[in-house]
Amino acid sequence: MFKVNRRDFMKLTGGAAVVGSVLGMPHIARAAGQKVVVIGGGPGGATAAKYLKMGNPGLDVTLIESGDSYVACFLSNEVLSGERTLESLTVGFDGLKKYGITVVKDTASAIDPAAKKVTTSGGKTFDYDRCVVSPGVEFNYEAVVGYSEAASHKAPHAWKAGPQTLLLRKQLEDMKDGGTFVIVAPPNPFRCPPGPYERAAQVAMYFKHKKPKSKIIILDPKDDFAKKGLFIKAWTSLYGYGTPDSMIKWVSGADGGKVDKIDMETLTVSAQTEDFKADVLNVIPPQKAGHIAHVADLVNEKGWCSVNKKTFESSKHPGVHIIGDASDATTMPKSAYSASSQAKVCAAAIIDLLAGKEPGDPSYVNTCYSIAGPDYGFSVAGVYTYDAEKNEIAGVKGAGGLTPVDASPEMLKREVGYAHSWLANIVADSWK
Amino acid sequence: MKIKMSLMALLGGMVFGGAALAEPTPAMLANACAGCHGTNGLSVGPTSPIISGMASEYFVAAMAAYKKGEWPSTIMGRIAKGYSDEQIKAMGDFFAKQPFVRAAQKNDAAKAKTGAKLHEEYCEKCHEKGGSAGEDAGVLAGQWMPYLEHAMEDYTSGKRPMTKKMQKQVDQLVQDHKHAGVEALVNFYGSAK
Repeated sequence: MFKVNRRDFMKLTGGAAVVGSVLGMPHIARAAGQKVVVIGGGPGGATAAKYLKMGNPGLDVTLIESGDSYVACFLSNEVLSGERTLESLTVGFDGLKKYGITVVKDTASAIDPAAKKVTTSGGKTFDYDRCVVSPGVEFNYEAVVGYSEAASHKAPHAWKAGPQTLLLRKQLEDMKDGGTFVIVAPPNPFRCPPGPYERAAQVAMYFKHKKPKSKIIILDPKDDFAKKGLFIKAWTSLYGYGTPDSMIKWVSGADGGKVDKIDMETLTVSAQTEDFKADVLNVIPPQKAGHIAHVADLVNEKGWCSVNKKTFESSKHPGVHIIGDASDATTMPKSAYSASSQAKVCAAAIIDLLAGKEPGDPSYVNTCYSIAGPDYGFSVAGVYTYDAEKNEIAGVKGAGGLTPVDASPEMLKREVGYAHSWLANIVADSWK
Repeated sequence: MKIKMSLMALLGGMVFGGAALAEPTPAMLANACAGCHGTNGLSVGPTSPIISGMASEYFVAAMAAYKKGEWPSTIMGRIAKGYSDEQIKAMGDFFAKQPFVRAAQKNDAAKAKTGAKLHEEYCEKCHEKGGSAGEDAGVLAGQWMPYLEHAMEDYTSGKRPMTKKMQKQVDQLVQDHKHAGVEALVNFYGSAK
């Protein structure tokens, strides 16, 4: 079949302007000052704002974010092990201001897609031509019987980095040697799929040196998880996994790992076949799209935002785009790199749409590192294209995938270096 | 807008009767690299190399070598396999146009001084102007030192193939100066301001 790409099509038809006028629709790029409002200053929102300005400095870009700074969730498991400070994961918004982005410290409370307005809890209203929503996740606390937002001050989730991370670190430091640390892992889909298992490894690294008689139990509703083979191998070679003395115990769904209820008084977790008494309890609740996505009627029946995967425009409300963890772009894991990559695709699409052009073809990437111990890192990567027929993000066949299970110690060591380099670069690329 | 787009789609469908072949712009392809290699390829380090300002030919050759597994890598080979030769060329042309800004990094001044002499003796003939010219090679002067260390480790251990000319020079360097020679060179390139 004769195929032609968009550029050839434009050549053949003499370009967009001619197409427009031939069809009686004059099509001139609109004057500067078109407004884009970005909600959320995480890796998705920050990257979107920056790349919108880089791609078209004439746009009027406003970022609405409730915090003075962003604390990166990625690599925050290293704070739990004492390898890293929370400050090293904290980044401000001054870098974005240098691009001419208006950063507003406030919380978006409503989006009116018909009037194209965003309202904030501070009482301000922002008009937009296009709106980008990057709210991350919100927790279904009550889905875990006995758990609640209030309970998270005693049994932290530490799944949004900040005070919760420091609280969990403090509890681990205060715990007696010989104590039990229980992690309640969430069902799919959730932010940072390898995170609970890296957390177990990082805490084990800390225990191994400071509290060697202590145990870590992961209670999981699932039978499989991200980078499972690599984690099992790392746990085995570093923390005795598979032996009676193993520091880490993973209870899969099939083995009764699904949690029925939690007694917050005694920190007793009732899993399907057994009760586990925790000295320190970490509950990572089931997740859904961030709050504003629900308020603004952007979510589907599963609690995530259905989007056009080429532009990330909402299937429900035109003119509103949702990127990152909150979107239903589930082919890509809910990671910072995915959010950042989607933000770039979304920014390019918005620039094209505002100029009256058809958005170009996307290209997406994910890379995600886990550090399981000293000099022991591994990664997963994916390169993706857009499948227009299915409106899906499709992994390029033969590309991406995991660190080989038989990777040499030298390669595992290098992956730690690359993980830290990844952190520096993704932070700079998103916020600076 | 909507009308025009659907008309274009309709026209496309009628005239060509098939889905358009995906062809992301060079910037779209290259921007996806930035999470690890920095905005426009200017890595803030310390381990992933700066790829801005790299000669396109070198970028293309490097990606081809990663893709085929001829150059060892942790993650680069897995990612390189996701792109066609044309896409790699487009990325190479994009990064070649971006400025290379030398990394500010700690280095050992004494080793760098030794390295400067070794560079003159063993490397300058091809890596001209103190390793800052990069027509058919990566830019060495001002590159991140951990990356250079990894690359040299792979060269000297035989995991990363070299041209015969380079092999001869590297073998001679290691024979004459052992690992200290390599370390000195890395410090010299890292010292470039």
